[in-house]
Amino acid sequence: MTILRRPDVDRVAAAASITVPPGYPRFAPVGDAALTVEFGNTVSPELNEQVIALDTALAAAELDGIVETVPSYRSLLVCYEPLEISYHKLVAELRHLLARGLPERMRGSTVWHVPVLYEPPHCIDLPEVAWRSGLTEEQVVALHSSVEYVVYTIGYAPGMPYLGGVPAALHLSRRETPRPRIEAGAVMIGGAQGCIVPTTVPSAWYQLGATPLRPFDVSRSDPFLFRPGDRIRFRRVASIEFDDLSRLSFETLLPYIQAHI
Amino acid sequence: MIAALRAVAPGPHVTVQDGGRRGWRRFGVSGCGAMDMPSLAAANALVGNQPAAPVLEFAHVGGSWEVLADSMRIAVTGGSFGIAVDGVPLQPWRTHRLQRGQLFHIKGAADAVWGYLAVTQGFDLTPELGSCSTHLRSGLGGGRLAEGDTLPLRVASVPVMRERQLVPHARANDPIRVVLGPQDGYFRRDEVEAFLAAKYRVTHRSDRMGSWLDGPALTHSGGFNIVSDGLVPGCIQIPGAGMPVVLMMDCQTIGGYPKLATIVSADLPRFAQCRPGTAVSFTMLEIDAAQILYRGYRTALAAIEQSVREMPERTTLPFWLRAT
Repeated sequence: MTILRRPDVDRVAAAASITVPPGYPRFAPVGDAALTVEFGNTVSPELNEQVIALDTALAAAELDGIVETVPSYRSLLVCYEPLEISYHKLVAELRHLLARGLPERMRGSTVWHVPVLYEPPHCIDLPEVAWRSGLTEEQVVALHSSVEYVVYTIGYAPGMPYLGGVPAALHLSRRETPRPRIEAGAVMIGGAQGCIVPTTVPSAWYQLGATPLRPFDVSRSDPFLFRPGDRIRFRRVASIEFDDLSRLSFETLLPYIQAHI
Repeated sequence: MIAALRAVAPGPHVTVQDGGRRGWRRFGVSGCGAMDMPSLAAANALVGNQPAAPVLEFAHVGGSWEVLADSMRIAVTGGSFGIAVDGVPLQPWRTHRLQRGQLFHIKGAADAVWGYLAVTQGFDLTPELGSCSTHLRSGLGGGRLAEGDTLPLRVASVPVMRERQLVPHARANDPIRVVLGPQDGYFRRDEVEAFLAAKYRVTHRSDRMGSWLDGPALTHSGGFNIVSDGLVPGCIQIPGAGMPVVLMMDCQTIGGYPKLATIVSADLPRFAQCRPGTAVSFTMLEIDAAQILYRGYRTALAAIEQSVREMPERTTLPFWLRAT
């Protein structure tokens, strides 16, 4: 899977007419106050673009009765207030939005340059990943920090980005026994996905390193660092730089890690 | 002097809960909120608070609490929880005025899991992301209440007045109503019918995140790994082993198992209150019927406030405990 696509190409794709697998988009109730719009059942940048585009279009339409939405890889969950809009009415509105053609994303994507220390005590699973993938630890780190990842969705824990674009050589089935406590800042891979851990969580993924960045901090004016569609590059840092960066305030750190495209 | 409620020996699972967090699921923040919304509304209505104001929610037993205020008014709802103040039994589903230094103890109920303790004017708490609800996994809203914790109160005393009561809403023992989907297509028609005909037991593996059922296992016809997508409380997930898991208020925001059906809003509180070992069965509603039912549920929720009645002229407490 190639993720290294230029953002202007993405915008064109998002604005282009919808190409989805046969049988999609599919609408289904999720109980009496939510529904899902599925664009397919695979992980692909194209499907995810459509999810984000529909989410953007729905927000712009400002329909009464929309409570909140959850964009994920290939589907959009819409929570609504049935006293204000019925399931069938909402499906009709969503079909109308899709028929009209989805807009370009309103919010410009951000590229994040995330500093990572791939060293003890943070690289707890690096030896196992190297062993399983038949690479040296050095090669695993070089590979992991060589590509650009895309944030497909935020979930599992507050602000946790699910990343697509993990190099195929690093696709490993998850650990059989989850670790009960993975600390905030952990940089992990699992299957074809990657993540940055925002709060202490149990996880069966592999931890390669850690970043001083916190994807979630309730004390920030915007507690959530990442948005679906953002891009992430991991930059290998030495422990001295990691320690220095860890001491910086978020505001001071921000210009070093963020670039708008 | 501060006005507070002190946890002397709290139950093992006491958290602050309110109407829940709205609007942050897209950022991975669970909705949380009371497991039994009508009981939350009832507790708040009794003490004169807004329906979704923060209260203490406890599982099975509430434990012992001490009044660190000149006086406070409390109400316990959720089930027929036994309450005692300084050893004297008190009733749930009505208000009680308590005084500084009094110790009250909330025991279990045979007809419920989740209990609610509301206080007049509420607790003086700062919302996080728009809600005071505790999410244990992420640490939002604090954690479980532990021995020695104190919860600040908004008022240091409450006037003597007629106490208030309401008749607990009845909880039918009927099948739990669900809307099929969103991934019922992963199961053959006869599998779905077998699920709807079966009896399941609520197991001890039940908490604010989810409730594991025990009964006939389901077979996926289309594999059990879907691409993870959005979830809501009430979703009935079928993991690989085929045993249903009902997602509850603290459930994560996205998940990767097929969701066979979703419990309707009106029946989720009733399901939440099923004690481990309770047999449950499910029945299907079409979406139109489910949304008519939803309207009725919301009407009933809104009517709880009007159902509160002043009690006949009688003191809350025996004379030796009476307010001077």
